[in-house]
Formats: sequence, C-alpha cells, structure tokens
Amino acid sequence: MNKRLPIGLAIIMLGVPCSLLVAFTHYPAIQALINSFWNNASSRRPSRFVGVENYQALFEDDRLAQVLINSTIYALGTIPLAIGLAIGMALLVNSRLPGTTLMRLSFFMPTMLPMIAVANIWLFFYAPGIGLASQILGIFGLPSINFLGSTDTSLASMMFVAVWKEAGLFMIFYLAALQSVPTNLKDAAKLEGAGSVRIFIDVVMPLLRPTTIFVAVNALINAFRLVDHVIVMTEGGPNNSSALLLYYIYEVTFRQRDFAYGATLTVLMVIMLGILAIFQFWVLNRKAHYQ
Amino acid sequence: MSNGLNKILLSTFAAVIAALWALPFIYSVWTAFHDEKYSANFQWDAPWTIANFLEAWQAAPFSVYFFNTLILITIILIANLILCTLVAYAFVRYKFRWAGFLFALIMVQLLISPEILIVENYLTLSRVGLTDTIIGIALPYLTSAFGIFLLRQTFLTVPKSLDEAAQIEGAGAWRVLWNIYVPLAWPIYLAYSLVSISFHWNNFLWPLIVTNSPEVRPLTVGLSVFATVDSGVEWSLVNAATLMTTAPLIIAFIIFQRQFVANFMRAGIK
Amino acid sequence: MKFRNSHAITFGIAGLMGVSSTALSAADLEFYFPVGVNAPAVATIQELTDEWAAMNPQHTVKAVYAGNYEETTTKALTAANAGQPPQVAVLLSIDLFTLIEEDVILPISDIANSDADKEWIAGFYPGFMKDAQFEGKTYAIPFQRSTPVFYYNKDAFREAGLDPEAPPASWDEMIEAGKALTVKDDNGNVTRWGTRIPTLGLGGAWLFGGLVVSKGDVLTTETGTEARIDTPATVASLEFLLELAKQEVMAPGGITWGDTPKAFLEGQTASMWTSTGNLAFIEENAEFDWGVGFLPGGDGPGAPIGGGNFYIFQETTDEEREAAMDFIRFMTSPESAARWSIATGYVAPRPDTWETPAMKAYTERLPQALVALDQLAYAEREFATFQRAKVTQYLVDAIESAVTGNAEPAAALAEAQKGADKVLGEYQ
Repeated sequence: MNKRLPIGLAIIMLGVPCSLLVAFTHYPAIQALINSFWNNASSRRPSRFVGVENYQALFEDDRLAQVLINSTIYALGTIPLAIGLAIGMALLVNSRLPGTTLMRLSFFMPTMLPMIAVANIWLFFYAPGIGLASQILGIFGLPSINFLGSTDTSLASMMFVAVWKEAGLFMIFYLAALQSVPTNLKDAAKLEGAGSVRIFIDVVMPLLRPTTIFVAVNALINAFRLVDHVIVMTEGGPNNSSALLLYYIYEVTFRQRDFAYGATLTVLMVIMLGILAIFQFWVLNRKAHYQ
Repeated sequence: MSNGLNKILLSTFAAVIAALWALPFIYSVWTAFHDEKYSANFQWDAPWTIANFLEAWQAAPFSVYFFNTLILITIILIANLILCTLVAYAFVRYKFRWAGFLFALIMVQLLISPEILIVENYLTLSRVGLTDTIIGIALPYLTSAFGIFLLRQTFLTVPKSLDEAAQIEGAGAWRVLWNIYVPLAWPIYLAYSLVSISFHWNNFLWPLIVTNSPEVRPLTVGLSVFATVDSGVEWSLVNAATLMTTAPLIIAFIIFQRQFVANFMRAGIK
Repeated sequence: MKFRNSHAITFGIAGLMGVSSTALSAADLEFYFPVGVNAPAVATIQELTDEWAAMNPQHTVKAVYAGNYEETTTKALTAANAGQPPQVAVLLSIDLFTLIEEDVILPISDIANSDADKEWIAGFYPGFMKDAQFEGKTYAIPFQRSTPVFYYNKDAFREAGLDPEAPPASWDEMIEAGKALTVKDDNGNVTRWGTRIPTLGLGGAWLFGGLVVSKGDVLTTETGTEARIDTPATVASLEFLLELAKQEVMAPGGITWGDTPKAFLEGQTASMWTSTGNLAFIEENAEFDWGVGFLPGGDGPGAPIGGGNFYIFQETTDEEREAAMDFIRFMTSPESAARWSIATGYVAPRPDTWETPAMKAYTERLPQALVALDQLAYAEREFATFQRAKVTQYLVDAIESAVTGNAEPAAALAEAQKGADKVLGEYQ
C-alpha cells in the first residue's frame, strides 16, 4: 500500500515540473481563449474587446476552409500510407532475405534527418525540369511534373515527403512487434496447412494491433505538429493548396502579425485535437472489448 | 513454383524498394560532393570534391550553431531526466489527493504539444524577456509528458518487495529512488535519451520563432537561414550544409545501428 | 567571413543567457540584413561592416544575416516587440507601412535634418526614394535596390535564328521569340522553354507588378491604403501569363522563384525574368553567352522597383542613432555601394557611385549591369500597403489560382480586390 505523499516532498517532486508544464501547456491554451475575444492591437488600433468577432471571421475565412480540407486530407492520407509502408518494410527487414541490414539502414535513415534537411533534399529532387525526379522521368521519355507548382500535386508531394520521413520510425515499432510473435503460433498454423499470407492475416495481424494504435496516435499528432517542410518547400502554395493548419497559424501570427486571429486559430486547433482525443479514446475502449 | 525462385524474386523486389527509398538521400550526398554544374546533370565520372563543405562552413557560423544545438539538447535532456523521474516516482510510490486528475492534466501535453501553442508561448516568453535565448528555446520542453509516462510505466514494474526491503534497512525516499528505481529503469533512460536527443536536434519551428541572432540559433534554424532563396541557390552548397548539420546523428546511427533500433523499440513499446 | 571555434564558446555562453552588450563603446550596433545562399554577398556585407568598425573604433557593429526578406522582417519585428530590436536593418522597401504601423522605426529625416543631410538624401535616385517616404517624411535610405530584368541565353537565340542583340521588347515579340526558342525532344516533351516568369509567392507578385506597370497602371499608391488589384491592366497582365503557357512558351502551372536562375543556367529555359541582384551569380556560373534586356512590356517598357532599404529603429539612444547614420552613410558611399553593386548586381542607389572608376570598369566589362539602371526611368513602386503581408496574400492567391488553372483571371482578381478592400477599409 502506497504511503501518503508528504507536502514537502510533493513540492520538490511535483512543484517545478508541473508548474513548467502548466505554464507552457495549460496557461497558453487558456490565454489563447482569452485573447481570441480581443482585437489585434497596434499603434494605430487601440486594444478593444470584440466578443466573437474573431470567431465570425473564422467562418468567413475561405483560406481557412481550404487549410482545414488540406489538413484533413493530409492526416487521412499520410497515416494509413505510413502505417502500410511501415508494416511492409518491417516484414522485409524481418525476413531471412540477404541484405536486411542495408535495407533497414535505407528505411530508417530518413527518420534521423531533421524535417528541414528532408525538405531541402526533396525540394531539389522535385524541381521541375532539372531535379532528379525529372531526370528519371526523362529517361523513360515522360514529361516532367511540376510537383510543387501545381495545385493538383503539391499537397500529395508534401504528404509523400512526410511519409518518407516517418515510415522508417514506425517500421521499428512493427519490427519489435513482429519479433515478439511466438514462433510456435506460426508453426502451428503452418502445420494446419496455412500459407504465409493466411498466417500473416490470421495470426500476425491481430498481434500487431496495439502497435498500430500506438503508431496511429503518434502519426496523428505529427500530422498536426510538423509543418517545417511546408515552410521550406511551398509556403503553403500554390493557391494555398499545401497549407496546413499549424503553418497557417504561423503565417497569420508571425508574418501577418495578427496575434488575435492567431490565438483564435489556436483555440480551433486545440478543440479539434480534443475531439480527436475523445474519439480515439472511444475507439481504444471498443477495441479493448474485442480482445 | 519453387521456393528458391520465389526467394530470388522477393530479394530483388526488396532491394529495388530499399534502393528507391534511399535514392533522394543518396543523390543529395552525391551532389554535395560534386561541383555545382553536375547537381542537375548526373554523370558517373564527375570528379569528386569537398569544396562545397569548405565553402559552406566558411559562409555561415556553423560551429556556433553546432555548439548551440549541443547546449540546447544537453539542457533539455538533463532537465527531462531529473524532472520526469521525480514526477513519475511521486505517482508510483505515493498516494495523494487528485493524483488521477493531475496525471490526466500532465498527459494533455502528449496531445497538445508546445508547437501547437506557439502563439501564446511566444508572447509568454517575450513578456519575461527570454526570447532569443537558448533557455527560452528549452523552457517549454523541460518537462515532458512522454518521459513521465514512460518512467511511470517502468517504475510500476519495480517489485514492491525490493522497495520495502530497502525501507526496512532504513533507506529514505531519495535512497530508494537512487538505489532501486533508477538502476532498474536504466535501459528506459537510455532509450528515452536517444528519442529526446533526436527530437530536439531536429526541432525547427519553435526555435525559428524564438531566435533572432546567430549566437542562439540551433543547427536547424541556421540551416534554413543559409538555404533561403532570394538570389541564386547553389544546390551543391545547400546539400553540403544539410549533410554537415546532420552528419553527427547519421554517423552515430551507422555505428550504433543495432543499439539505436533496439532502444527506439523499447521507448515505444512499453 | 570566418568563425573560429573559440568564438563559438563565447558566442554560446552569451547566447545561453541572452545577448548582453558590454557598454565599453559609444554605440553597439546590431545590423540585420537579408540574403540568400549566395555566399559572396554575405562576405561583402561582412567586409564592409568590418571596415566601418575599424574606422570607428569607439563603436561596434554586428552584422546578422537573418534569412530571406520576409524572414528578416519577421525577425526584426519580433525582436522589436520583445524590446530588443536591431538598431539598424535592411528590410524590404514595401514593409515601410508595416514598420510604421508597428511603430518601430524612426523617420530618418527627423535625425538627419541639417542642410548637408538634406542634400545627401536628395542625392539618391528619386525612383528609389518613392517608397522610402511617407507623409512628407523620409523613413528609409535605399541600399539593396533592384528591378527585375530580362536575362536571355544568346546562344539559344542564335540557335533559334533570332538576333542575339535584339531581345523581345513587347509581349507579342516575347511570344513570337518564345515559340522559336522552345525545344521539344522526340517524345514531344519540352527540353527548353522560351521563357520563365516566376509566378508563385511574393516573387511572383513582384514581377506581376512589372507587367501591370507596362500596361500603364500601378498596383498601389503612396498612401498605402489603396490596392488596385482589379483593373484592366491587371486582367491583361494575368491573361498574358496564361497566354505564355497556352502558346507553350512557358511551362504551365506555378513557377517558383528560387529555382529560376538554376533553370536558366541549366538551359532548361532560354530566358528568365528575375532580379538584377542575380547578375553576379549568373556571370559566375553561366557557361554560355548571355545578355540582359528590359522586361518585355505590354504597352511599353515597365518594371517594378524592389529590394531593401536601410531603416533605423526607434528604440535607440542618441549615440546609437548617430552611429547608425554614420554607418548608413558609409554603406551607401560611392566606394562601398560600388563594391556591393559589383558583388551582387543590385543597382547602386546614387548617381555618384556610377562615376567611380571601379564602377566604370565594371560596366565596361559587364554592360548588362547598366540595363537595370536605364530601366529605372520606366519603373514604378512595388505593391505596398498597410497590412502588407495580409493584403499581398490576396494578390498572390489570385495570381496563383489563375496560373494553376483554378480560376479565371478576371474573377480571381475581383475576388482579391474584395479581400484587400476589406482589410484596407479600416485605414481609409
């Protein structure tokens, strides 16, 4: 049975860490809510309470609508793709094929690079007409693609960059899960005459479920948190087709210097994440029932 | 169909996939070691050079950036290890009012990471006058919900009997922590450190917003400043700088590949 | 610019606790400037800064390169909001209104008000002073000024049977020449385009301003409260951009600013429209015969004036202001400006610079450098208003949505006009 925590120890153990946490997580979230009810003051515009004006602006903001659509597509696209690739990679690396060490290196390397470095590498890779992608397409007689300069491909190009960087990390988690699959289970299935595809679907897949949940949560958070490549590669363009929510917050606040609207967008972001968290919690609970 | 043929096909497929996956990175390395005029015209026999690295190193204070990044990750890592240990220990070993509620509050940071709150965190920092300092970059990250979660999970696996035996021998709270809990969690500390180092080595948006002067810029921000494109961009130079700034992590990874992977797995799975 | 490792340690420790300036000298200047990867440009700024410091041992100056133009303005403003602005900075001329609104800069005419000062200010090209002044006061001193020019590959012109000494002057000639210059391979894929005009982002909006000027209109006026985004001239300009792609003279879709010089050097385009500030970069890297001409125009020549000016920040002591003025005078002096101009291609902002022997020798060697200066007579102010970042975004969105085929030019511009008017309504 645990002892009661003496007040002195509580202050030492919980005081500093928790106040730091509150100061940079809870306080700013509440502060954003408060600031979202005020205007953006400057030397030519005195500070004033505006009520829900900033929230009305949210609804009239066409760029924001585009940004939210982009963010949704980005999350829904990158997460399953990264997970699917990660499972495939893990299976390859876990196989008894030759060269698995090199394979693992190739898959995992992008994970070690900063997103900003990844963005530089891909910026040159994508450059229409002169980048490596165009050089390769040229070998096969195909026209070059304006990856980042077309509204049809820019978001997909950014998504692929994100998947390239993340899949290797997720592969590691699947690798761990695969290695913990008991061999006798597989052997038993084999004895019953199941093929390797059957074994994977019936035996291995269910055991990967906790990893998938963990990875999906991680990928979801990253989909909202990581916009470095947008800043470097497209600045959200062309025509806002690759702008993500956090990038938009950055642009509105620090480039356009509208701190009040930035705060309002922050509130929106926190609410969205909150809803997603509740949704995930609900899914997790349901999943737990089945097991 | 013979098993051998199957295996050859699969091996070829795997090799092609792995090669394609590595292609952008390999090309970037190749470009960094060749003259600018080859950067958009691949040639097998183009002469190798390290001139790009020398020029990039001269053109921006990368040594300062390296030093800043080292300081930054050291501060964050030490603070993380100490603070997260204390919180996790308090939660595992003691009971107190609202413990569950407090833990839930802490876990909020997992979801709403400091990057999401850049607007208000920047205002906070500028109110206390810590913008453009390394401490300022580190502040929001000193306590990590992920670290607390990980250590709490680990501490929970420490057998109660060990703890009680130590108490009977007269060990106080700190002795128990230091002699029983910390040693048993050693692999997790290592795993967490790796995750933390690679995360903060790579972090960009928040340092970009907080820093102005080269004296405080970490590598990522320095690299982005170096690679901006108002006038002609030399790809080979940018690629050299990109490689240079990530080299320590890459080299460390190649050398300690197995341990890295094992530790990353541990950090995620528990 | 060299950085020794021992410096790293001191820098690092200073950085850890915030940059504290030692009060040993009369004034410690911090000087922000924007620059790309073009290493010689950074080195030149550093050299000039060091020379000034050597001549003024009582002062210190620290040159901080802070990224591209937009990033440098962002940095200067965030630093000013935090109460630690640089004393002096080179920032975009079009950010004048933003800087005034944020109340962070000082009218230079308030501190440089002697007769000699007035004469000195009057010695700059009037074209460059247009966007340095507001409500009768001079807020900025021109330094890193430019207009875009038409770079073309003379070898490609010869190959296409065009006169390499007569670049296209009008839009129609541009399309004619461009058709001749475009080359396709056996698969029907274009290997060389006729021309390349960046259409994305701030760079795209800048060049678009040139098209509008050549049609006899302007995008903004000196009031900073008027955006003329939806006019016959703008619609014609945007339609011209689409026509270039339609006639297969220019690559379809959005075209980035950053890759443009590279595409030109690689022969992927036979000509490009970009800043004269790329002259030195092109001269150093081009492996073909190349020339520079005025931007082809709609109804005649026309170009936007762009680039950066010196600003002095409000939060400065009298000594710092005096030192900053002295520094600016030094940087824009004929000898310094000539070196800066030669190292980059930016247009030296005063006639006396062009009279220096160094500059004369330079223009003799590289007559292309004179084009931007001559074009100045036909150039107009760049798009600048209050809330510049927000208002320009409407224009950028309109151009981008049209060139990527997502909207009709007229509709896109009308939409942008509505957005801009809403923001600027507060100021009128």
